[in-house]
Amino acid sequence: MTERCPAIRLEQVVYDIGGKRVLDGVSLRVECGEIKAVIGLSGSGKTTLLRTVVGLVRPVSGAVYLETLDITRLSEAELEQARRRTGFVFQGAALFDSLNVFENVAFGPRHHLGLAPAELRRLAREKLALVGLHGIDELMPAELSGGMRKRVGIARALAMDPQVLLFDEPTAGLDPITSHAIEDLIVGLRRELGVALLVVSHDLEALFRFVDRAALLYEGRIVASGSPAELRRSEDPVVRQFVTGAVEGPIHVM
Amino acid sequence: MLGRVTLDGLRWLGEAQLLLQQALGLIARGRIRRSETVQEMAVLGFDSVPIVLLTMLAVGMVLALNTARQIVGRGLTPYAGGLVAISVAREAGPVLAAVVVAARVGSAIAAELGSMKITEQVDAMRALAVSPVEYLVVPRLVAGVVMLPVLVVLADVAGGAGAYMIGITQGIPPQEFIRSVQQFLTLPDLFGGLAKSAVFGFIIAMVACHVGLRTGGGAEGVGRSTTSAVVISIVLIYLSDYPLTWVILAFTGFTL
Repeated sequence: MTERCPAIRLEQVVYDIGGKRVLDGVSLRVECGEIKAVIGLSGSGKTTLLRTVVGLVRPVSGAVYLETLDITRLSEAELEQARRRTGFVFQGAALFDSLNVFENVAFGPRHHLGLAPAELRRLAREKLALVGLHGIDELMPAELSGGMRKRVGIARALAMDPQVLLFDEPTAGLDPITSHAIEDLIVGLRRELGVALLVVSHDLEALFRFVDRAALLYEGRIVASGSPAELRRSEDPVVRQFVTGAVEGPIHVM
Repeated sequence: MLGRVTLDGLRWLGEAQLLLQQALGLIARGRIRRSETVQEMAVLGFDSVPIVLLTMLAVGMVLALNTARQIVGRGLTPYAGGLVAISVAREAGPVLAAVVVAARVGSAIAAELGSMKITEQVDAMRALAVSPVEYLVVPRLVAGVVMLPVLVVLADVAGGAGAYMIGITQGIPPQEFIRSVQQFLTLPDLFGGLAKSAVFGFIIAMVACHVGLRTGGGAEGVGRSTTSAVVISIVLIYLSDYPLTWVILAFTGFTL
């Protein structure tokens, strides 16, 4: 590993929404080439955590390092530079619904790389092929199925060849077979592109099949961290309850 | 409660000022995306032509009817065309075209940006390192400033045509109507109205973008934003109308 690693490092990140403390001193590392998951209850601040990594929200305090760069200290213009090295896959894919599939995937390169139209077309096809999509360039997002939208979202996030890829609930709302296909795709991306991946989800079973390490976010803090096997063996009551999905325990959801 | 409302209002204004600064900064540095701007001009301009023409045709006709009733038989018919033309060019054209565009285009902008906001498309744009202010707001602002005056030219023509059609049926001789317009209507009248409408176009686009980008709370939030965009921009048009008119009169050499 070079000094450019870890790929992502959060130090004591604090964030409030509407007077409520959502992140209360979160520290987290994602090593280069690692698939790391942050798990937690719905509404536990997982998405917010992911959004701090690309500066979509600014923490109240704490530091967020992308490689060696603390992005909490950057201006919006400097952040735009930093974001070119990251890809973000949104929960609902967040495709631009007035643009077709090709224009969605080519959106970043079109604005940043100054490529000729033919090259843009080639680049978009290459990224779409990475996620197993062919011949749908001219379709509009509304014409795609949920799984296809998700894959187009991934292709769009890959378009600028990011070193870091962030996934918000990659398999939420998808059928089991499509979910598996997306998981295989994520593992394949790490293998072929060597990118670091940070995935947030509450779907523990799915995550434990393909992540290297996971961290449990509970009440604004990371309360446990380790490989899926380690978390499964954990004696910590919060971790146990989360892993087993028991209603009884220290976590109250109702 | 009152404190909270005040605080929200101040935050709204503060964020509006920030957006304004960013947008003007980008425009000053020439970062105006051509294809998006042209597209917005088409949406804002051409699509609003029919309703603007219809509105002003009706207003011109009613103005002429009212004016004719007052002056025919009192020997004042040589003034009819000029009176109506000046009313249309200085006030009715710019203000009514702006209100129509606020309702038709301001609402559409707020709804479009609002739904992009709640479906995370605005965040997706930021995550792709493209500024939503540059990509979404600046093209709409430029389109508003450029296209509203164009619409007002058409509005003035439609208002004049409506007034002419009714005027000549109400006892005003056609040549006298035309001559009266030529005699009283000056270029400052026309350009004053156009300058005013450029400011209105800016207000409409700016308010709609700001309200749209602040949308929260799902589909209901989009509905609220759409309504707010129209109400706020129309109120601002009325509020700015008097001071703008005052300034324009001062600039065009009328003593006050």
